[in-house]
Amino acid sequence: MADPLLSVRDLVVEFPTRRGTLRALDRVSFDIMPGEVLGMVGESGAGKSITGAAIIGLIEPPGRIAAGEIRLKGERIDNLRPEALRKIRGKRIGMVFQDPLTSLNPLYTVAQQLIETIRTHIDCSEAEARKRAVALLDRVGIPAAARRIDDYPHHFSGGMRQRVVIALALCAEPELVIADEPTTALDVSVQSQIIEVLKDICAERGAAVMLITHDMGVIAETADRVAVLYAGRVAEIGPVREVITEALHPYTRGLMGSIPTLTQESDRLVQIPGAMPRLNAIPQGCAFNPRCERAFAPCFTERPELLALDGGRRVACWLHDTAKASEVPHG
Amino acid sequence: MAEPLLKIEGLTRRFDVSKPWLNRVIERDEKQFLTANADVSFEIAKGETFALVGESGSGKSTIAKMVVGLLPPSAGTITFAGQTIDTAAGIPRSLRRRFQMIFQDPFASLNPRWRVGEIIAEPIRTFGLMNPTDARKEAARLLEVVGLSANDVTKFPHEFSGGQRQRIAIARALSSKPEFIVCDEPTSALDVSVQAQILNLMRDLQDEFGLTYLLISHDLSVVRHMSTRIGVLYLGRLVEIAQAKKLFTEPQHPYTRMLLDAVPDLALSGRRRRAVEGEIPNPISPPPGCAFHPRCPLVHDRCKREVPLPRPTPIGQAACHALDAVATA
Repeated sequence: MADPLLSVRDLVVEFPTRRGTLRALDRVSFDIMPGEVLGMVGESGAGKSITGAAIIGLIEPPGRIAAGEIRLKGERIDNLRPEALRKIRGKRIGMVFQDPLTSLNPLYTVAQQLIETIRTHIDCSEAEARKRAVALLDRVGIPAAARRIDDYPHHFSGGMRQRVVIALALCAEPELVIADEPTTALDVSVQSQIIEVLKDICAERGAAVMLITHDMGVIAETADRVAVLYAGRVAEIGPVREVITEALHPYTRGLMGSIPTLTQESDRLVQIPGAMPRLNAIPQGCAFNPRCERAFAPCFTERPELLALDGGRRVACWLHDTAKASEVPHG
Repeated sequence: MAEPLLKIEGLTRRFDVSKPWLNRVIERDEKQFLTANADVSFEIAKGETFALVGESGSGKSTIAKMVVGLLPPSAGTITFAGQTIDTAAGIPRSLRRRFQMIFQDPFASLNPRWRVGEIIAEPIRTFGLMNPTDARKEAARLLEVVGLSANDVTKFPHEFSGGQRQRIAIARALSSKPEFIVCDEPTSALDVSVQAQILNLMRDLQDEFGLTYLLISHDLSVVRHMSTRIGVLYLGRLVEIAQAKKLFTEPQHPYTRMLLDAVPDLALSGRRRRAVEGEIPNPISPPPGCAFHPRCPLVHDRCKREVPLPRPTPIGQAACHALDAVATA
């Protein structure tokens, strides 16, 4: 197997508060291969966005990376100095945020913002940068790009702005694009256009994508593999199709059943009782144990580690640990 | 069909979005109006769930607000249980008790300074349905009905999560014993696992109390799961009304088809999503004729001149000239 483009190992992110330290991420590990689309799903507060922010070095103080390491092509990037990090951010890792209105500067034209970004990372003339910017806008599907490039962000609609943001994220030809809920603020008809553009343009340039979203439908149609987060921990990672159709972790299974689909016939949705624990009250053992129907003795005492199974799947659940599972009273 | 519970005819709402008077005089501008809804008509039978879907700006929430009387319509009539509501005079109190609303954001719709018991008992007090002691007991009972604890009456809204707050909002809506509840994006602010809990609860309550819902949502899979019939809105006009399950298998209007093609689905059917062309136009200056014609694959000359009228289809009704052509050919 090829070397991973991005490798995250035992990442811990902590936020010190008056009432003690909160662990937003607790030993999260995963890899992203070159050119791969990795989906990252979970409910609010599961740690999806924090994972993205940690990789690109944007954890807001007093939050900090307390342990673990992040490697980009084998080189550690979690402990770099701010100047060194700034060279990676934008150049080697691009970022697309949720809200296209706040990620563009309203006082500068799109041209100014694109040209500035291109010239920061690539050594070229103003005219050359402008040519690149126009080509890029054209590629992300902005009609009459050569004329519209001199417009301000407020001249564009939500979907068009998100296209500009994608162009901005890709203008320095990064190896990895982190897209944090890129379509959540958009309507379905526009959402499909944006996902298409993001997927095609990244495939064209061989950039890997980390797609953070709570929308399983988007993941199902876009990602190659998916990681499911729960309470700051990875519950399960695997190829999209397998995780959706035959989830291993009871949480993933409940999550998939709770989503209404366009084809199902059942009258009731699967219901996971309760809600995700708060970060200051994560139960001992497996974080999911109070809501799990199949919890047994070890779930309440020991935290399950990510187990590697066949077919590139990994799951953190004692039910799949052969030594422990023999203790389950009912198969 | 029996007498519908709610009947809406020719409902129209325009908003004045003109510049201030002086600017208009100096710049010689006309007054400008945004038509949020134009000529919307539908009926809801007792015990059914009627859903309205559409993209942002299609006028879903404006209809909800007009139905519950938060906004007066510019034209059209609303008839509830056989009684036509005089929109200028407001909704009479006797009718007002019989419908309620659940809002999208459970953080904004509950007063943070009130205890949960008072919040739930407010409609009871307003309509003078019970004495204060009974109202308190009723609030506690309703909390149990929606799956919370009776002891929660003394807590404040900030002590609850989003899903729990939405349960409180539902308990409040139930307290005046309504027959009809307007749900404006009731689960859009919630996570999927919590959304499933709330949707299941809404269904159980419907069976238990014989409620009728008007469900407003942009999420087609939620709508399909919940509703009996669906109305599809585009730029303030109803383009199609159909039985819920049939709409997804045999959509008639080209816009409905396009919308369905765009929905990402968990089923992994392997279908390549057809990316939709274009975006929803500016509602201040909508295209003439059928508002959908600039994006429509079946467009012909007539669509650019005449607004299509609703026509019956095998699964309901749709407003499209292309469908007329098929019917007459």
